Amino acid sequence: MNHSNHVASTAITAESIADSSVVAPEKTAQYALGLGDDALVLAHRLGEWIANAPELEEDVALGNIGLDLLGHARSLLTYAGTAWDKSEDDLAYFRDEDEFRSHQLFEQVNGDFAATIARQLIASLYFVGLYRALSASTDATLSAIAAKALKEVDYHVDHSVQWTRRLGLGTDYSHERMQEGLLTMWPFVDELFREDRYADGLAGIAVDPRTLRAAFESEIARIVADAGLELPTVPPARGGGRSGVHAEAFGTMLAEMQVLARAHPGATW
Amino acid sequence: MSAKSATETIARPRPIAENERAIWDLAATVVDPEVPVLTIEDLGVLRRVAVDGDHVRVEITPTYSGCPAVDAIRDDIVGVLGAAGYSDVDVRQVLAPAWTTDWMSEAGRTKLEEYGIAAPVPRETGGTINLGLGIRCPHCGSMHTRELSRFGSTSCKALYVCQRCQEPFDYFKDH
Repeated sequence: MNHSNHVASTAITAESIADSSVVAPEKTAQYALGLGDDALVLAHRLGEWIANAPELEEDVALGNIGLDLLGHARSLLTYAGTAWDKSEDDLAYFRDEDEFRSHQLFEQVNGDFAATIARQLIASLYFVGLYRALSASTDATLSAIAAKALKEVDYHVDHSVQWTRRLGLGTDYSHERMQEGLLTMWPFVDELFREDRYADGLAGIAVDPRTLRAAFESEIARIVADAGLELPTVPPARGGGRSGVHAEAFGTMLAEMQVLARAHPGATW
Repeated sequence: MSAKSATETIARPRPIAENERAIWDLAATVVDPEVPVLTIEDLGVLRRVAVDGDHVRVEITPTYSGCPAVDAIRDDIVGVLGAAGYSDVDVRQVLAPAWTTDWMSEAGRTKLEEYGIAAPVPRETGGTINLGLGIRCPHCGSMHTRELSRFGSTSCKALYVCQRCQEPFDYFKDH
């Protein structure tokens, strides 16, 4: 059995990517790192809601969504790390702010529940488009990670849509808060669909995010209209997340995420 | 649903070769730590066993990407096979094809219901909101049930309550 067949028939992930023979090509690894950072940062933000959500069911829901995203991050970072002999933990805990390539949407502070739902609606729709396209990647590992993730993020869309409708069509006050939430997050939408320099030159392997924009825009327009809300008309933020440009709050988030691993390297329990 | 039908044919690939089948049957005694009534064979998590001399390779697939039970399952497989004399065991995770509840065995579905967890029911998709079909209460059998929370105590479950017997129960989500 030759090497490429082996990879295709047993696309391996997380812990066992590291001890398998799968090694990501350099450019593919650079691309996977950005996607992994997106999932990791949003997973951490969602984890901050545990014990703080408006009701117990939402502690569980946001925690579970975050857990799925953490699984995607682990697979993607482990795969990226095979190119540089680094583990998922090396990449998650021992890089500094400007080395993270996550889009700025994902690091936005949680705000109120409506702002979190707005961010999650945007994120889940983006992930569905991305992973659907990436599941056709010619890279067997990326394709396997995406096909698995797609089923999970599809379920996440449902959660965000239900809350968007409930808040948008609820009381005047909930409507106002949901509209505010969309306004807060909307400037960070544009960056998701700009040219990604790490996807350049990876035709068939990576997804050009520009190809995902039209479907996203029509989908979210329909959902927002059905919820009695309006899409904000605000100019896009400058962006730069893929190049390591992040806002101040990201540093605080990262400090909390990394402190244990840095204080006690190699700690296990 | 189309992704599922393509993978149905490889649902439970119990090996034909005698030495591999013996190992498969041992590995198939390992249970899910969160749903201990189900074996990893019932769940469709056990995918493949391969033997090369003294080296044994067992392939499992995670239910959900972030499911922490996978680590415990891996350790249990190594433990069970080790006790039977297989010392060189390599447990690998495979992601493709992605796990689906269609791989759950009929025996598994029955055991799940007896344990008090409603077995997965295919969902209608395509509307504004994906609507679940009626979920039967595993305690009293009533179809008069209500979803309490779309997310539950583990990645694979949602929380329901029966409107007739008033009992809450876990539902193993269709996936």
